[in-house]
Amino acid sequence: MTQGFRIKISRRFLRVWGRNLKVYRKSWKISFIPPFLEPLFYLIAFGVGLSALVGNIRYQGSDISYMSFIAPALIGVSIMYNSFFETTYASFVRMYYQKTFDAMLATPLSLEEVITGEIVWGATKSFIAAAIMMGVISFFGFIRFPEGLLILPLAVLGGIAFGSIGMFFTGIVANIEMFNLPVFLFITPMFLFSGTFFPLENLPQWAQKAATLFPLTHLVNLSRAFSFGQIHISLLWEIGYLLLFSLIFFPLALLKMQQRLIK
Amino acid sequence: MVHPQAVLGTRTLFSGQYIVEAENLLKTFGDFVAVNRISFQVATGKCYGILGPNGAGKTTTVRMVYGFSPMSGGRLKVFGLDISRDWRQIKFHIGVCQQENSLDPDLTVLQNLEIFARYFDMPKKEARKKAMELLDFIALKHRLNAPVTELSGGMMRRLVLARSLINTPDLLILDEPTTGLDPQSRHQIWDRLGELQGKGITILLTTHYMEEASRLCDRLIIIDHGLILVEGNPGELIRQYVGGNVIEIARPTGELRSFIQARQLPHEDLGHRLIVYCEDRGELYQRITRDFCKEGCVMRLATLEDVFLKLTGRELRE
Repeated sequence: MTQGFRIKISRRFLRVWGRNLKVYRKSWKISFIPPFLEPLFYLIAFGVGLSALVGNIRYQGSDISYMSFIAPALIGVSIMYNSFFETTYASFVRMYYQKTFDAMLATPLSLEEVITGEIVWGATKSFIAAAIMMGVISFFGFIRFPEGLLILPLAVLGGIAFGSIGMFFTGIVANIEMFNLPVFLFITPMFLFSGTFFPLENLPQWAQKAATLFPLTHLVNLSRAFSFGQIHISLLWEIGYLLLFSLIFFPLALLKMQQRLIK
Repeated sequence: MVHPQAVLGTRTLFSGQYIVEAENLLKTFGDFVAVNRISFQVATGKCYGILGPNGAGKTTTVRMVYGFSPMSGGRLKVFGLDISRDWRQIKFHIGVCQQENSLDPDLTVLQNLEIFARYFDMPKKEARKKAMELLDFIALKHRLNAPVTELSGGMMRRLVLARSLINTPDLLILDEPTTGLDPQSRHQIWDRLGELQGKGITILLTTHYMEEASRLCDRLIIIDHGLILVEGNPGELIRQYVGGNVIEIARPTGELRSFIQARQLPHEDLGHRLIVYCEDRGELYQRITRDFCKEGCVMRLATLEDVFLKLTGRELRE
């Protein structure tokens, strides 16, 4: 390989993706359980338990039930979790403990293809999780179709965004314990303050502004709009933000992994 | 690119004299020079060894050859192609056994081979066929559905070897292929490699086992601190640097030391042990055992290990 930062990507990243799919298919029955049960747990805990206290809430000028408010957010959170945890903990194990990337780099694959394959695989896991959760949630009638189907491509976009930043962290952490930092400082605040469990308007102005920097805020807004069937032009800004986020962190992830692995 | 259905490396992509041509190969990590402008050529169809103590630069050198590490300077051609430019094409035709176990623990024995074949664009059917042939070759067919985590160390190494042959490589790179194996497993690997050599595959081998190098290598270099100390074939090197025989004397006396010095025999004095290099057919040995030591004195054939220790010294490398 040559020196310096030069990107070498071809469709071969699909080979890496295929490897992960093969492993996933060995245990798909177990992998399917969390996205199936998770929305049920949340809907029961927050929806049934909490909505007795909350009742209906006002969202964008209309009264909606608390359960229908959080249901699309749960899909957004799951999109974030699936790709982020795949390209952090799972990729780190493959890279560091299993030497899987080393083996791949002795074949015609380039490092960029290996990393792209991993990120796209993370997005695939987001897609699978979103699809299963949509099935469960639409059983309760909280998703309008056909607009709700837009959540599927949204899962891929969100998966790429969070998978890229996850891989960026994998490129810079010294050891696997250090993932606690981005999880605690980045993922957890987003989980709580991205308009997931209460409308952002309930927060002070400065906090609302800060929340617009969170990619999850936009992911949840989009997921909610698609679920409610409220398609309007302003959603393009939200999509644009997720695209921009991906366009920044995808090359950064490649760069950091190259600095880490190519010696 | 079409792969003929040959089991082992009998394909000839390249018909030039040297499969690998390294010229002033340089690798630095910051201020540290790991490989210091070395030049060597690996002849097609031969086994070429890179020997050296730990940290000598063996692995760094082969990593540049298979395109894993970028060079800091020099020129490197594999199959007559430039590794910096044509790395992908080159890698299609190389098989690599890395030093660390990089088998995929998430997959079974057979899947390890099949998935790896996909990285080389082999169609699924062909991959399966080739994988089965290779499992036969390394005597692991009975474990094809076992998770690799259940295999013994020797089995894993054999599987790594099989995996490196999945693409029917023209050049096989082995980075310490038998380190940490028991004698049985080591001989198994050597037998398999011998078979491959019989089929005309080119091998680039790093090792610090001299027996392995003597057995497999047609030609070798001994490197230390990133520099080539000597190059030659094992027999030549032994004759040139050590001679025919070695007499080892445990707990040498002062009298013996003066005797050796008086006769100006090439030797090494390790304090508690004296090593004398000689072409002697027995007279010297008899004289020493008769006059200077009744026991603890042996004569044996000189080996590559003597050459290695003489050139690289006896200090520990850590």
